[in-house]
Amino acid sequence: MSDTFQLDGATVPFELGQTVIQAALAAGSYIPHLCYHPEFKPHGSCKLCTVKVNGRTVASCTMPAEAGLQVESDIEELNALRRTLVQMLFAEGNHFCPSCEKSGNCVLQALGYDLEVHTAGFRHLYPDRPVDASHPDILLDFNRCILCELCVRASSEMDGKNVFALSGRGITKHLIVNAESGKLVDTDIALTDKAMQVCPVGVILKKRVGFSQPIGERRYDKSPISAQALQDAPRNPETGGSCDACESVP
Amino acid sequence: MTDPTNNLEIAAHPEGLRRVAIDPVSRVEGHGKVTLLLDENDRVHQVRLHIVEFRGFEKFIQGRPYWEAPVMVQRLCGICPVSHHIAASKAMDMIVGATLTPTAEKVRRLMHYGQILQSHALHFFHLCSPDLLFGFDSDVAKRNIVGIAAAYPDIAKQGVLLRKYGQEVIRVTAGKRIHGTGAIPGGVNKNVSIEERNYLLLDIAQTVAWCRESVDIARKLFEQNLDLYNNFGTFKSHTLNMIRADGAMDLYHGGLRARDMDGNTLFDHYDYSHYWDVIFEDVKPWSYMKFPFLRSLGPEEGWYRVGPLSRVTQCDFIPTPLADEQRKVFMAFNDGSATGATLGTHWARMIEMLHAAEQIQELLHDDDLQGSDLVSKGERQERGVGVIEAPRGTLIHHYKVDENDQIVRCNLIVSTTHNNQAMNEAIRQVARQYIDGRKLTEGLLNHIEVAIRAFDPCLSCATHALGKMPLEVELLDAEGGRVDVLTRSGEVFSCKENDVEAT
Repeated sequence: MSDTFQLDGATVPFELGQTVIQAALAAGSYIPHLCYHPEFKPHGSCKLCTVKVNGRTVASCTMPAEAGLQVESDIEELNALRRTLVQMLFAEGNHFCPSCEKSGNCVLQALGYDLEVHTAGFRHLYPDRPVDASHPDILLDFNRCILCELCVRASSEMDGKNVFALSGRGITKHLIVNAESGKLVDTDIALTDKAMQVCPVGVILKKRVGFSQPIGERRYDKSPISAQALQDAPRNPETGGSCDACESVP
Repeated sequence: MTDPTNNLEIAAHPEGLRRVAIDPVSRVEGHGKVTLLLDENDRVHQVRLHIVEFRGFEKFIQGRPYWEAPVMVQRLCGICPVSHHIAASKAMDMIVGATLTPTAEKVRRLMHYGQILQSHALHFFHLCSPDLLFGFDSDVAKRNIVGIAAAYPDIAKQGVLLRKYGQEVIRVTAGKRIHGTGAIPGGVNKNVSIEERNYLLLDIAQTVAWCRESVDIARKLFEQNLDLYNNFGTFKSHTLNMIRADGAMDLYHGGLRARDMDGNTLFDHYDYSHYWDVIFEDVKPWSYMKFPFLRSLGPEEGWYRVGPLSRVTQCDFIPTPLADEQRKVFMAFNDGSATGATLGTHWARMIEMLHAAEQIQELLHDDDLQGSDLVSKGERQERGVGVIEAPRGTLIHHYKVDENDQIVRCNLIVSTTHNNQAMNEAIRQVARQYIDGRKLTEGLLNHIEVAIRAFDPCLSCATHALGKMPLEVELLDAEGGRVDVLTRSGEVFSCKENDVEAT
């Protein structure tokens, strides 16, 4: 028995237990998002999926769907805020798309294009972040981390390893490796781990395969993220869903 | 050349001289300026080409994974990024111990010839034809590509479409017209499909025909202005270029050939993976661009010329028939006078453009382009050197990679850097010929720029003297007395490990 709510004037059916974004994506309505992932519990940190529900702003990934809700998403007021959020993420890290091997497969870059982020908007902070190349098969480029915690969640919830964690607060918050040395080589991460597949940007990378996908065949060369996110959406909240983005990691 | 009192590099008494600057030099890639020091009688005492950009790629590539280098360093330039892309990839081929598959090498060659074609077309038609067709001191308002389009619409159209074809070759092989990703360590990430090949075949015959006409234009310009073209900014120099094992011109791979200004061979078929044994780099306090020299001749005498004039005159033959026929005409013309002429470079450049078009045509009929064996690898190496003949001349990329796959050292010797002293010699010669003792006009100053443009310099590619320039900082009090001084001496630089010698 499904009930419905209104999203930008369209009727969206939902099942008990679904959040607003789950129901919207399942119904074919795109709400921009970054830290939300169909295979993990909602996190609510990136705020990109913010919508207005009965006039109040809430994160649609944590907002339970309820019958009769009036939800606004694709409106200029919210899209302007989303553009600003993406601009801030670009400014806070060192995102050099032109030489990044994740270019074309990067969720942040794809969102930037989709939301029509044409300028930097903010002065870049150019943080001094390290590269951890200690692992023989995996490279960590912290320059590109957006603190979505997908790798933290994947490593603990699905891999059972707790390889990653966030440390620090506020602007000094950063991703760390759970090892006494702080180096990835001293963890038990494996190439087959889910944590290897979920990074939406170019932090966690399999070594020596960068740029092997030609331009034109990369994930977001084919269609914009707003179209592809709908393919990833689980149609059943009980069984969850697969994620084509993860599967496409070279 | 060695006498500092008359070589126009350093004025003996700069105080009181009038300074004239051409800033920026126009219709070249990147930003540079020329300064002249003149006395009250308009006699020239000092002429310098300064490169005022700072790049720093050699520094910030450090710490990056090696497979990122071919994509990152090509951002040095928007005109010939393919050159850096391929040179870095060749260096990374050494790092991963790869011997390229036939498909990988031919796709890369196709990309490279597309690059040569579009860059040479851009230079001749867009940047230089206004000088060559209208005159060096013609109306400055019309001395540009828009003026060419109005006065010579067919030539302008030909230039635009030749460049477009080269860009399309690059797009097919690298994924994008500018800053693609086709070459990767050990190979390429795509082949050329039947559909892509057929698309490029559509216009190749016309492209070859236009390239033949372009050679004719360059030749006729030389013939019609023989005295000017023979003598303008002309100087003798040593030469450096890459050469195939059989002596043929090969813009993608080969050994190094250096000859002195009298044609005597200094080294031949030299394995470029040890280039530092024959080439060093000097630095000077007034330029961000380094000054390479042939080690055996030393920093004062060892400077040389690279690029089309060097390649066309120093190869034994060009391995495509139409271009080789034109090379013979060029070499024999007026008892060989074009072979040492600064403005002969334009003619040589058009011969190379024809060669590139012929190579593209030949490759498009090669089934290896459709092969599926794209990448190879072998025993991992610590050091990689990649050299190609870029449109502007020999391009050297050198990397050292640690056991974690991170680049720990990088040295780039770019075509325009090789030509640094040669360009300075050319403008000093022009200053002697045309500026010295005359009242300056815009047209006269453009003569200096014409000499620079003949080298097709890419100034943005060429500035890599990070932290190596000799510097002196003086702190003076209000009366001009010296309070303190900090000095750092220059270095003669080579990339060989532990081989940085302070002068």
